[in-house]
Amino acid sequence: MIRVILPPHLRTLAHIGSEVTLEVEGQATLRSVLDALEARYPMLRGTIRDHVTQQRRPFLRFFACEEDLSHEPPDAPLPDAVVSGKEPLVVLGAIAGG
Amino acid sequence: MSKVRVLVGTRKGAFILTSDGKREKWDVSGPHFAGWEMYHLKGSPADPNRIYASQTSGWFGQIIQRSDDGGKTWHQPGTPPGEPVAPGPPKSESNKFAYDASDESGKPLTTHQWYDGTQHPWEFKRVWHLEPSLKDPDTVYAGVEDAAIFRSTDGGQNWKELPGLRGHGTGPKWQPGAGGMCLHTIILDPSNPQRMYIAISAAGAFRTDDGGKTWKPINRGLKSQYIPDPNAEIGHCVHHIAMNPKRPGVLFMQKHWDVMRSDDAGDNWKEVSGNLPTDFGFAIDVHSHEPETIYVVPIKSDSEHYVHEGKLRVYRSRTGGNEWEALTKGLPQKDCYVNVLRDAMAVDTLDKCGIYFGTSGGQVYASADAGDNWNPIVRDLPAVLSVEVQTLG
Repeated sequence: MIRVILPPHLRTLAHIGSEVTLEVEGQATLRSVLDALEARYPMLRGTIRDHVTQQRRPFLRFFACEEDLSHEPPDAPLPDAVVSGKEPLVVLGAIAGG
Repeated sequence: MSKVRVLVGTRKGAFILTSDGKREKWDVSGPHFAGWEMYHLKGSPADPNRIYASQTSGWFGQIIQRSDDGGKTWHQPGTPPGEPVAPGPPKSESNKFAYDASDESGKPLTTHQWYDGTQHPWEFKRVWHLEPSLKDPDTVYAGVEDAAIFRSTDGGQNWKELPGLRGHGTGPKWQPGAGGMCLHTIILDPSNPQRMYIAISAAGAFRTDDGGKTWKPINRGLKSQYIPDPNAEIGHCVHHIAMNPKRPGVLFMQKHWDVMRSDDAGDNWKEVSGNLPTDFGFAIDVHSHEPETIYVVPIKSDSEHYVHEGKLRVYRSRTGGNEWEALTKGLPQKDCYVNVLRDAMAVDTLDKCGIYFGTSGGQVYASADAGDNWNPIVRDLPAVLSVEVQTLG
């Protein structure tokens, strides 16, 4: 069971609370977790990764276990603590404003 | 009893303003999609309860929203709210705007001109304008940045590019204006379902006469200071085009500078700026019942982007251009420095014709007497990006 925390605007879009839990078949990677997330919440397709290129949107980042995973390869295994559900995978929107 | 519904897109959400035919007392609902940039909302002429909305974000990309009950509830097409989520492949493609690079399109373009003159790949950024079909509530066109036109025939669930526009031979010479290379205007000809007009900043205006398969530039007569060639086929920064549906061959244009008119479906344009205090601006519209009565909001210049002399004035011409009168009653006449964007003016079809516009200061003004008198419906919304009106009942 993987825990995922989304930014507030995406929670509103997907009609979900602060955290979602996902069952991911096979190895848990950024790609497989996001695939599972989008399969369950299709309205999120294109909002985290570009629809066509599948690249991470520039103003979003991925964090887990106090580490920035944004530049990790999409098929790299996620940390054990994320796989076990002890720690969440956090999708974070860049802070901007004045 | 007739009713009007004003659809307002702002930098931080959408608002729906409703009133009866007197247009004196208004109900305000919203914000819908709070915190998101709402570039445009527009109702279907064939089914006024059907409204399409473009919800965008620099963070999260493009979302298409649809209402089937006049704006009370919304959902992403193909993903109705409250529907149980199921495992399996995603159902919704409603956010997907993928440029057509197939061999069938004939000319799969990959680059356009960038600000520095180099070639730059086409990259989808957002939907600027949604234009529902005049006859079919499930058919809707989308004008996007980087400039292209898409069509959905299933109520916004799936989108396909009409690649003949981007594949037009001039594509590699198109370049973005300061606001991006956006296709911001789509006009459907009610007398000829095969004919459509579009406009792109800064490529110019185009027309199709075969339902979107092929397009031709219609910019003859436009003069732009920054283009040395006086006969340039493309490159003009057209800000907006308006048409009275009862007289579809006549078009009015607010170009970057210059207000223009065409009496031959865009084949030729002539300037009608006349006595305007400045002919820079964005918004332009035509009276619903008087096809020679047109409205603009002059903006001081392209480096200032606010109204001239601190006065918010709508200018009306009853002669199809050249002779203009300032409409000021009810509008601030000092210390006003707002802008009115290209899609932020609309007209209803009541008698007398109602005129509406929204400002960068968050006001939406309405006139229930064709512009003679104005009142603010709301004063303190986020900056207004678009205003559309539905006349109901």
